[in-house]
Amino acid sequence: MNLYELTIGEAHGLLSRKEISAVELTRAVLARITEKDEKIGAYITVTEASALKQAALADERIAGGDMTPLTGIPLAIKDLICTKDIKTTCASAILENFIPPYDAAVMEKLNRAGAVLLGKANMDEFAMGSSTENSGFKITRNPWDPGRVPGGSSGGSAAAVAADLCLGSLGSDTGGSIRQPASHCGVVGMKPTYGRVSRFGLVAFASSLDQIGPLTKTVSDCALMMNAISGYDNRDSTSVPREVPDYTQSLTQGLKEVTIGIPRQYFETDGLDPSVFLAVQKAVKTLQDRGATLVDVSLPHTSYAVAVYYIVAPAEASSNLARYDGVKYGARDKTQSSLLGMYRQTRSKGFGKEVQRRIILGTYALSSGYYEAYYNKASQVRTLIMEDFNTAFKTCDVLLSPVTPSPAFKFGEKREDPLALYLSDIYTISANLAGIPGMSVPCGFSQEGLPVGLQILGPHFNETMLLKVAYNFEQATDFHKAKPVF
Amino acid sequence: MKITREEVIHVARLARLELDETDIETFSHQIGTILEYFDTLNQVDTQGVKPTSHAIFLTNAFREDEIKPHLDREKAMANAPEKENGYFLVPRVIG
Repeated sequence: MNLYELTIGEAHGLLSRKEISAVELTRAVLARITEKDEKIGAYITVTEASALKQAALADERIAGGDMTPLTGIPLAIKDLICTKDIKTTCASAILENFIPPYDAAVMEKLNRAGAVLLGKANMDEFAMGSSTENSGFKITRNPWDPGRVPGGSSGGSAAAVAADLCLGSLGSDTGGSIRQPASHCGVVGMKPTYGRVSRFGLVAFASSLDQIGPLTKTVSDCALMMNAISGYDNRDSTSVPREVPDYTQSLTQGLKEVTIGIPRQYFETDGLDPSVFLAVQKAVKTLQDRGATLVDVSLPHTSYAVAVYYIVAPAEASSNLARYDGVKYGARDKTQSSLLGMYRQTRSKGFGKEVQRRIILGTYALSSGYYEAYYNKASQVRTLIMEDFNTAFKTCDVLLSPVTPSPAFKFGEKREDPLALYLSDIYTISANLAGIPGMSVPCGFSQEGLPVGLQILGPHFNETMLLKVAYNFEQATDFHKAKPVF
Repeated sequence: MKITREEVIHVARLARLELDETDIETFSHQIGTILEYFDTLNQVDTQGVKPTSHAIFLTNAFREDEIKPHLDREKAMANAPEKENGYFLVPRVIG
């Protein structure tokens, strides 16, 4: 077996038994990146020299018996998570040369655990998009079909895991940006509960929705990453002071006591691809066969979630992105003699079209005369969407659904029609609006051989339950073992 | 159309963006379509429903006002596009 194909759990075993070294492992993955990333385009920056240094330090730690499950494990990090002294671009021209003077909270945790940073993963600019086509630098190809998108916005993070260009990665999820690319690339992805993982050092898109989470090859790897990144941080005022369980502990428990809710609205959506429908139906049956009880549930406000999200998220983004003014950091246009002219040229040249579209949409929704009709109305319907989930979780432990209505689409297919692309977020965005955790696990393939994901949603802070259901499913199936040929 | 060219230009100004003719045209059309879609929210009766701005209920996160380790000025300003003597440099504001 090639070292780059290892899961985190497998690599940890070999490292702890000293059958391989962290330097060997890191070299193998870096060589894989050199050989294959030209075809995929998962990375914006590869940090070869510092990766090898970190790997050597990890080997010293291992030799000294000071090892965590992530010591010596090479990871990719989405390029909107600040990495000290390493360029963090958000895939935007406006941050092309931005070098953070500090680490994000999750990077401090990974560094303390002894993980190895391979590089920074491509994404839609400022995480706005579902295809990674909005990257200001380059596209990322889906390892399962180079003519198709990897999903987004964490497209680089998902493609890197699927193509064995890292052992695991971090992404961020504001409306599905971890779960959707995980589904399109056939890997495991988790959006934790809002407040579970510190957002300190995560470049803000929509602050009430953003959450960092892992993308991995297996469910148990996901649990290991969650153990490493979760926990309270007083530098993020929305971080929740709540104990972090060991997420690996419950994986092997059975499903006897578990009730699965099937939200009927999620299966009645126009445009739900038959192959996705079928794969998810089969997955439900598999879990039922393993002892879970099924109940039918209703989330009556589902069809309004897209409208609510595309008011709330751009509104928050328009405010968050006001900081890119060409003064304190980031690019500046130097052709203008007035301050206002400098602001406007800097922002128009620095931001891509989708980012500008959302800033305008958000500014409009917050502007005098429209605030009540748009932002306030959306915030009220958001309450109703949250209540739908609260009601549903009185009768079940988790909800199962598709992640996206269809498998990965072709490049350019949805470029000219932003609304059509927004509508494909229908299954993922409600979880962000309600702050609940959600996962995507591989559950089959379409007729064209493209991966399909199963979404598992649960109540606030019950990641343990999601992981248990996901692990049971993974044990019963082989989808996670399939590898793309590219 | 839900949003006029003039409104797009006005909002772009508020957001400190400078749009060219093509952008104004495309954005008016695309944002118009999106705003029309938002009208579906009018079907929902929200009378008496409290708005939610955060999904997790936390009260104010207070802490002691203590000086903690922080970046020195040089590091904090390292990414500034233009600076002079420890200050950010901007185009002339007062004429």
